[in-house]
Amino acid sequence: MSEVTQLIHHYLRHNKKFPHMLCAGCGHGILLGSLIRSVHNAGLSKDEVVVISGIGCSGRLAVYVDFNTIHTTHGRALTFATGIKMANPELVVIVLMGDGDALSIGGNHLIHAARRNIGVNAIILNNEIYGMTGGQCSSTTPQDCFSMTTPFGQLEKSFDIVDMALASGANFVARTTAFHAQLTDEVIGQALANPGFNLIEFFSPCHTQYGRKNKYKNAIAMYQDLKSKTMDVDKYKALEESKREGVMPIGVFLKRDDPALETRYAGVRAKLQEAKQKKAEAAKAAQAKPAKAKEPKPDKGAKGKETKQDKGDKA
Amino acid sequence: MAATKKGLTTVAIYPDWCKGCGLCAAFCPKKVFEMDPVAGKARVVNEEECVNCGFCELHCPDFAIVLSPKNTDTDSSNNPTAKAKP
Ligand SMILES: Cc1ncc(C[n+]2csc(CCOP(=O)(O)OP(=O)(O)O)c2C)c(N)n1
Ligand code: SF4
Ligand code: SF4
Ligand code: SF4
Ligand SMILES: [Mg+2]
Repeated sequence: MSEVTQLIHHYLRHNKKFPHMLCAGCGHGILLGSLIRSVHNAGLSKDEVVVISGIGCSGRLAVYVDFNTIHTTHGRALTFATGIKMANPELVVIVLMGDGDALSIGGNHLIHAARRNIGVNAIILNNEIYGMTGGQCSSTTPQDCFSMTTPFGQLEKSFDIVDMALASGANFVARTTAFHAQLTDEVIGQALANPGFNLIEFFSPCHTQYGRKNKYKNAIAMYQDLKSKTMDVDKYKALEESKREGVMPIGVFLKRDDPALETRYAGVRAKLQEAKQKKAEAAKAAQAKPAKAKEPKPDKGAKGKETKQDKGDKA
Repeated sequence: MAATKKGLTTVAIYPDWCKGCGLCAAFCPKKVFEMDPVAGKARVVNEEECVNCGFCELHCPDFAIVLSPKNTDTDSSNNPTAKAKP
């Protein structure tokens, strides 16, 4: 255990201001630690990893880690990630998004990234609120809960991120929480080793903007809540429907290894290249054979033109 | 994570990085920490009781806790936090 914190310091950018800007007890900090440990355990070098984030408290995490990082725009982290992975499939791409980031403004990018099965590891830091901008409700704020913009309780239903990812076609889907750092390390590790679009929902207490409006005395009470209401997904599935109320399943919901978009793309490229090469070889062979059918045209000089004509004759 | 015997672990808090959230004190199974109400930070009060379960180090959101085995080199030159400071 002794190396854990030292290890984290090794991956932090010490020219940034520490302690980091997150509030006391903010779950985002725990995810940052988990991410670093998981990358380290996967044996990846700093240069092989790209961390891409959107805007929000969650988006700030990319600033603190010494990988290739891009702090992009609100809701669009996945678009940058898609481009990077397609351009250089060797890179391990990790996307950090808030719930507002990933599901409100960026909701369409999320479902399409999952459908495309682009080889990206997306982590959604779900604090059920817009943390950075002052506590407006998000599309994951639970019904009847309070926020700055829902002073009488949220009227709308919230998204279930796991269900959404499963329905959209992701390869790997997991849920974990800030109270479960070991599980978080484990699922990030599994995602990093899995091809295609891997999605992890990470429940992250935000007492500042969410907890204090929803009867949590302090951040600790929110962690206590995560501790008591969570259950391993396999146990959860064995529960009777009637006993599931208020229980939050955590763990790995889906894991499959369908080939990623960039792999399929590489396959098509290879096929086309092969066809092109075959064609070129055939043309070469045809050229090598003396053309018997026609007398070569009276010399006009340009060799290239002759070749073209040859081809035309064959076609 | 393996060691579970008492008295084998040093528990250190870097007060500069601790934000006083209280998670370590609330969840340590052995009550190793106490919150200092004046400083608004955690402090180690029961180091001998620590069973090296690792919870505090993994869950401190500010990387302010370091667990290390006793009687090893805890020299500050080995300590990246100390190095990081100007
Ligand atoms: C295009 C655009 N729209 C709106 C904003 C304002 N904005 C910044 S962060 C944010 C929401 C943050 O919530 P979330 O994504 O859940 O992240 P958190 O802070 O909770 O981690 C919003 C609406 C913006 N920066 N850019
Ligand atoms: S406002 Fe919420 S999400 Fe943002 S740093 Fe504070 S606790 Fe974390
Ligand atoms: S968990 Fe970390 S930041 Fe919170 S009180 Fe303990 S040492 Fe301080
Ligand atoms: S390792 Fe476990 S027992 Fe030791 S101080 Fe941390 S939480 Fe307490
Ligand atoms: Mg949020």
